[in-house]
Amino acid sequence: MATVEVSFSPLPAHVRTARLVATAVARRSGVSETLMDEVRLAVGEACSRAVETHAAHCPDEPVKVALSSQEGRFEIEVVNAGRPAGGPGADGAQLPPGFSLAVIAGLADDVQISETNGGTSVKMSWPLSGSLAAGSPA
Amino acid sequence: MALEESVDLKLDHHNKDGIEIVDVEGEIDVYTAPRLRELLIDLVNNGHYQLVVNMEKVEFLDSTGLGVLVGGLKRVRAHDGSLDLVCTQERILKIFRITGLTKVFGIHGTVDEAIANRKSER
Repeated sequence: MATVEVSFSPLPAHVRTARLVATAVARRSGVSETLMDEVRLAVGEACSRAVETHAAHCPDEPVKVALSSQEGRFEIEVVNAGRPAGGPGADGAQLPPGFSLAVIAGLADDVQISETNGGTSVKMSWPLSGSLAAGSPA
Repeated sequence: MALEESVDLKLDHHNKDGIEIVDVEGEIDVYTAPRLRELLIDLVNNGHYQLVVNMEKVEFLDSTGLGVLVGGLKRVRAHDGSLDLVCTQERILKIFRITGLTKVFGIHGTVDEAIANRKSER
């Protein structure tokens, strides 16, 4: 079970909130400060992609983000309903389809993308460090 | 001249030595990037084809923001113009490196350096 779960209406304004929550939980879980920029950017990319997909296919469905730490790793899963259109992004074809996933792959220590029931799951993880990873109280 | 201000993003622009300097402060993401895109489009539509985007006070930039900058670059290049960046922050430079866009944009340490470099290439 995830340590923290967040679901939000698929509006661009909420992506910042998701970033703030993710970095707060990552910090609390024991992710190194040197990785915090990667965590912030990767979860922002995944949530932005999910918001665009939901806006196109299912604007009433919330975007779900699950944050958890286990076995020495901190994991973020962003689940979006519906399939990405594969068309131009927010700036109208300035960047190729799948660009955000490529950015995520460059940021996360490990990335798994899978199809869920009618949607897509993006799992990203980073190693925990220090005493928190060993199970000491936060 | 202050154009817009909000909690997340502040945009200003002014002319220096014939080059339009766009000062960006705050976070450029899927929520705020459309405002930067509108500003860049307005500047090009008003005949400003030599742009320098000062990102020294940008705290966050994602691929949506990169898309806006690439879009701005394409628009000014259509008029034989230029769009250079000022950025020294490692957290922002990192996304340019990951995406290979360091080869697309001229990235400088100061506004004066960006202007001098642009003038030397004219």
